[in-house]
Amino acid sequence: MTMAGEDLGEASLRTNGGGGDAVISVSRLTKRYGEIEAVRGIDFEVKRGETFGFLGPNGAGKTTTIKILCTLAKATSGSATVAGLDTSTEPDKVRRMIGLVFQDTTLDLYLTAEQNLRFHAALYAVPPDAVEPRMRQVLDMVGLWDRKDGLVSTFSGGMQRRLEIARGLLHAPHVLFLDEPTVGLDPQTRSSIWAYINGLKKREDITIFLTTHYMDEAENCDRIAIIDHGQIVAIDTPAELKASVGKDRVQIHTADDPAAIAALAERFGIEAAIHDGAVTFSVASGEEFVPRLFSELNVPISSVSVSRPSLDDVFMSYTGSTIRDAEASSTDAMRQMAQRFRAGRR
Amino acid sequence: MATQVTQSPLGTATEAELVSEIRVALPEHGLRHDVRAASIVWQRELIRFRGDRLRAITSLVQPFLFLFVIGTGLSTLANHGLPSDVNFKTFIYPGVLAMSVLFTAIFSAGSIVWDREFGFLREMLVAPVNRGSLVVGKCLGGATIATFQGFVFLALAGFAHVPYNAVLFLTLIGELLLLAFTLTAFGVMMAARIKTFQAFMALTQILVLPLFFLSGALYPLNGLPSWLSVLTRIDPLTYVVGPMREAVFSHLDLPDHVVEKLAPAVTWGSWPVPVGLSLGIVAAMGLTMMGVAIAEFSKTE
Repeated sequence: MTMAGEDLGEASLRTNGGGGDAVISVSRLTKRYGEIEAVRGIDFEVKRGETFGFLGPNGAGKTTTIKILCTLAKATSGSATVAGLDTSTEPDKVRRMIGLVFQDTTLDLYLTAEQNLRFHAALYAVPPDAVEPRMRQVLDMVGLWDRKDGLVSTFSGGMQRRLEIARGLLHAPHVLFLDEPTVGLDPQTRSSIWAYINGLKKREDITIFLTTHYMDEAENCDRIAIIDHGQIVAIDTPAELKASVGKDRVQIHTADDPAAIAALAERFGIEAAIHDGAVTFSVASGEEFVPRLFSELNVPISSVSVSRPSLDDVFMSYTGSTIRDAEASSTDAMRQMAQRFRAGRR
Repeated sequence: MATQVTQSPLGTATEAELVSEIRVALPEHGLRHDVRAASIVWQRELIRFRGDRLRAITSLVQPFLFLFVIGTGLSTLANHGLPSDVNFKTFIYPGVLAMSVLFTAIFSAGSIVWDREFGFLREMLVAPVNRGSLVVGKCLGGATIATFQGFVFLALAGFAHVPYNAVLFLTLIGELLLLAFTLTAFGVMMAARIKTFQAFMALTQILVLPLFFLSGALYPLNGLPSWLSVLTRIDPLTYVVGPMREAVFSHLDLPDHVVEKLAPAVTWGSWPVPVGLSLGIVAAMGLTMMGVAIAEFSKTE
């Protein structure tokens, strides 16, 4: 699995590299926290104006990568540049170029929305004359202008996230980093946040780098990198990635799953495994396969579902597990890593 | 273009122009940016203090208890050792005044720990700004609100038979400001290392009362046993309480020998430390601790 991952990373680097207008450029980046290697030598480039997504389970190295790009953590080896500036040697300049929205809120809940934005404007040296019009612009963009005098502690989770996005844009950054922008929000709010993100792409000259572990969100990106265990296993557009799988996914619920898996291997030569509680396997043409399945499997089947390749399947074909399985099997190492992140947070 | 201008909510510039204007203007750097950053951190301190009446009230409870409960309760006993025209409350007033800024100053620094837990510290630390200016803004903010807190106690001066004299009050305010700054700097230095609010509170509890008791707030510093004498000279609060008491007593209508007995200068051995040096020591400590805090906050992971 690891071998395949490495090969693919190299291949996609060759096809996507070399663009002259790369806003983010990362090469052989690694980050160790003591014994744990959170990021293991990744390479990628993000072009100007692109929405680029990092897709992977929790603990895959997404947040670590974003922290290095934002100069919040130092890489153990390798290099990363943002807007042509090296993140390790010119952190202050990099920070002027980027906007950040973190997983957890970083708003002052006891200030009003406007006070939060004014604070930000002063720290980012937004010209005093521009603060007022720009503030109106970004608050309009996320639909919070009429709430600017409200205390942030009275805002809902979705409103707080929108305010953070507005704040991240206030100083007109070249790149906006969104670390799990919709985590912890209900589906309706998530889709409204995405409407705002997609809307802002039309109005601002901006590149967006985001991390997510939601497949449906990754669909919004121009390109995705799938990251697992600190390595990039695939980079491409969502459509290309799905096409590369080339197979339909079949999931069946049976009376005896182990027997069904054995029978599939024996009669059809198909490798199946249990994912998300169902026997799961891939075949070239699902609809044509299902009738054969019923007649030849000899294990009672209670339900069948056939699906076109989704990003879930892409993730599975590159990493060998579904993203939910990968999260459920979060090992002690990952938990340790999470603790280190928290301890290291400043 | 013309229609875009009228459609724009700004009226003067298109959105794209505004974005590029901000981008071009961003590289403003240097002292002006630092001052602006420090000033917004300072303002935030004031805004939050205004919104938090409960904190303002609770941090006055202890000094109230000391001045009116302990001050009154002990006065029957303590007045035997005092000249008949000096009230015990007058004697402890400067020390209790210092105490009234003690809690507020340290707790305002403690809000850094709070900000760390609730994420806002991150917003400050990722900003393209000299972190030193953030620390300076924080220290000055804490000093300002703590001094405001002291105003409440200054207003009560009459109850401790301290005269409302403009020169005296300006002196006391200046000294309070200095004390509050140093205490905030101390708190900020601790907050750089301490990650949980509980730990910070615990440490504060351990430190605050000894600082207060060793400062000579409740007793004169002359004629103490040598171990206690040494400890009082280590306590930075001593070097503010001493000058404050000197200021108060110099504005009372008392014979010189009484003033000398009750409000002696802080001495090292037999050498009386001048007021200027006393305050200089406090300022130097404050600046040093602020320097340590700046160094701590300037580190990256």
